[in-house]
Amino acid sequence: MNFGLTEEQEVLRSVTRRFLDERAPMATVREIMESPDALDEKLWTGMAELGWLGLIIDEDHGGAGLGWVDLVVLLEETGRGLLPSPLISTSLAAAAISEFGTDAQKQRYLPSLADGSAIGTLAVLEESDIVGPDGIALSGNPDDGGYRLSGTKRFVHDAVAATVFIVPFLAGGKEITLGIVEANAEGVTPKSYATMDETKRMADVAFDNVLVSSDAILTGDGTAALARMLDLAAVAVTAEMVGAMDKDLEITSQYAKDRVQFDQPIGKYQGVKHPLAEMYVDVETSRSLLYYAAWCVQEQPESLPLAAARAKAYASESFVRIGIDGVQLHGAIGFTAEYDIQLYLKRSKWALPAFGDADHHYGRVASLGGY
Amino acid sequence: MDFNLTPEEETFRDEVRSFIQEHLSPEARKDPDLMANWLKSVREKRWVGFNWPPEYGGGGGGIMEQVILKEEMSKAGAPPLGTSMMGLQWVGPAIIEYGTEEQKKQFLPDILDSKYQWCTGYSEPGSGSDLASLQCKAVRDGDEYVVNGQKIWTSGASYSKWIILLTRTDSSAEDKHEGITCLLVEMDSPGVEVRPIKNMAGSSHFAEVFFDNVRVPVKNLLGEEGKGWAVTVSALAHERSGISEVAGLISQLAQVVELAKRTQRNGRPASEHPGIRRRLAKADAMIEGMRLNGQRFLTKQLKGEKLSSETSINKLHRAFLAIEFGELALEIQGSASQYTSRPDDEDDDDLGRWASGALGWPAVVIGGGTPNIQRNIIAERILGLPKD
Ligand SMILES: Cc1cc2nc3c(=O)[nH]c(=O)nc-3n(C[C@H](O)[C@H](O)[C@H](O)COP(=O)(O)OP(=O)(O)OC[C@H]3O[C@@H](n4cnc5c(N)ncnc54)[C@H](O)[C@@H]3O)c2cc1C
Repeated sequence: MNFGLTEEQEVLRSVTRRFLDERAPMATVREIMESPDALDEKLWTGMAELGWLGLIIDEDHGGAGLGWVDLVVLLEETGRGLLPSPLISTSLAAAAISEFGTDAQKQRYLPSLADGSAIGTLAVLEESDIVGPDGIALSGNPDDGGYRLSGTKRFVHDAVAATVFIVPFLAGGKEITLGIVEANAEGVTPKSYATMDETKRMADVAFDNVLVSSDAILTGDGTAALARMLDLAAVAVTAEMVGAMDKDLEITSQYAKDRVQFDQPIGKYQGVKHPLAEMYVDVETSRSLLYYAAWCVQEQPESLPLAAARAKAYASESFVRIGIDGVQLHGAIGFTAEYDIQLYLKRSKWALPAFGDADHHYGRVASLGGY
Repeated sequence: MDFNLTPEEETFRDEVRSFIQEHLSPEARKDPDLMANWLKSVREKRWVGFNWPPEYGGGGGGIMEQVILKEEMSKAGAPPLGTSMMGLQWVGPAIIEYGTEEQKKQFLPDILDSKYQWCTGYSEPGSGSDLASLQCKAVRDGDEYVVNGQKIWTSGASYSKWIILLTRTDSSAEDKHEGITCLLVEMDSPGVEVRPIKNMAGSSHFAEVFFDNVRVPVKNLLGEEGKGWAVTVSALAHERSGISEVAGLISQLAQVVELAKRTQRNGRPASEHPGIRRRLAKADAMIEGMRLNGQRFLTKQLKGEKLSSETSINKLHRAFLAIEFGELALEIQGSASQYTSRPDDEDDDDLGRWASGALGWPAVVIGGGTPNIQRNIIAERILGLPKD
């Protein structure tokens, strides 16, 4: 039994933190988030050079060949720094192709995802906003061994930046099937909205008779593959949540030590210190749930659905409260655009529905637990 | 990161499991001598005081083995590994750390043999959370201390043979943590009077204990005179990672889930109501969080580091769950929760069973340091916020 990080993982954490401190401090984060596509090419290349983009891609396909615990270490750090980047999305696309792709698909996509020349994302949700197989209504009409898709995927993370979409659809209106669709294919049109959390971009993607040829279809049972991808996505988002919650707590604790009212640092008042203690309890408990889920991804896949559901449910619920308390404990300055704590509150708003909110995942915990 | 047991640990776990199968078979469980037989056989295995030094009858077990032992016992719903509860939990460990050779020989085997109960005389009417303000006085007189004062909330006082007692021997010290002295006192000493207190759940588990010129031989001083605070702190530090109590919580949750499945609310099982489901699921996730937090703490211990304030995390969860389980059960039962018993019907298991949970939580929530005190500990010692 060992619930600790390896030396290499500790190094990964400190290297990541140093890189982000230097290359993407909050001032830079704000510049990126205010730019039209919220993507900093130079930073993205730097991330590729550090091996982050292909962290979980095997070495034969240009990746670092590391595991999900390593990825979670990395994502905790990018979450802490609110780094605007399609790192989660592209990692998930890489996971989908690594786990369910044919050799040809791996060769075609994985090296370019690893070096950053391609950016991937999952396009799952539709009008119903249902996270799971019941939400997949996009129909693929058979055409020459492949399918033609017509319809809309909604709330697709990093849809404008993405060059490759992983798209679950109903093959011939029946079986859930995962297809790879390139963004420049004919009939693919992203429709971008402004987002509450400007560090996280999302868009709807319209598919107008788009061809998914037979060699662009992922292998295996599509329903199971979709379920697996949603679990992985829940783990990835939870990792960024835990990092962001931790930083929110750090910023707010520091403020409570510095800010003086009634001749005392406000952190002396229990009305301030007790919510901070509760934040700590929730950050650490979320982190424990997260790391176990990340370990399950490869070591105990049969335990992943429940582990991922518990982690995403608990962390989502915690982060919402931490986001609000973080602002509230700052007083009026927390409400200003200039001060960073509000960016964490907005991040909590993005993270809650991302790949299933607390209610959704608590519902899964109940169902998987047999009640 | 690795959540698997090593082969040696698996072997030990299997040993525990087959021991349980052998000694707690359905027939054995019906045997009226079950408890006596059980205590004898776990004692022979040296599983009582498993982490105590072998020279005093302990098992010399490692941290991981202790966890496995407790987890398996708890999962199997096994009887306790000894009935001298406080003796095993903190009096014994405190004697091992601070006791004289004579005290170790006198007390440790008796605790391991479940000979009698210990009780804990810390709290006083004026000293609860602020324990170090205690006033119960001990004055040295030749080879004896003379004790005068009062303790309160002393669990098990009316059936304990010994009490571990915190007294004040020096009230001139500026720091209230100085001048506290820990004495081991026989409850049948002349001048000790126990007055049970009835609690809201209807039982009289705790009591007031009065000391009127009680004479205690100096050989029953534990640790140094005036340094009793260290003894207390170390006793409290013997609290473990909390893993073993998780198995108990899992089984409590399972019972509430079963209740929800078999109880109709508004024409369908309570377990199908979204509000109830979400609360059950939240309790589930929190318990799993506690289990994993416990494993993180355990990893720290295995690396030879001491646990400190982080164990307050699970105490807060524990307090939340103690209240939540009772409240959930009552809400599931609805009006039926109000009936606690019916003399001529013994068949309804649900009658009164949940009320005792809903009225019994203060033992968990208040007994071991209140939630507010845990929050202060986290805020001040971990987050570094100013003391209040
Ligand atoms: C079932 C049960 C069994 C017990 N068994 C024993 C036993 O065997 N031996 C023994 O010695 N004691 C025992 N106790 C006593 C227990 O240790 C005390 O009740 C506990 O330490 C709290 O003290 P108090 O009851 O005096 O409450 P107080 O300390 O008076 O607290 C009252 C309220 O004020 C809050 N409060 C106090 N100080 C602060 C602060 N600084 N900041 C914020 N809030 C604060 C508390 O959280 C609480 O809500 C037992 C208690 C119970 C309920």
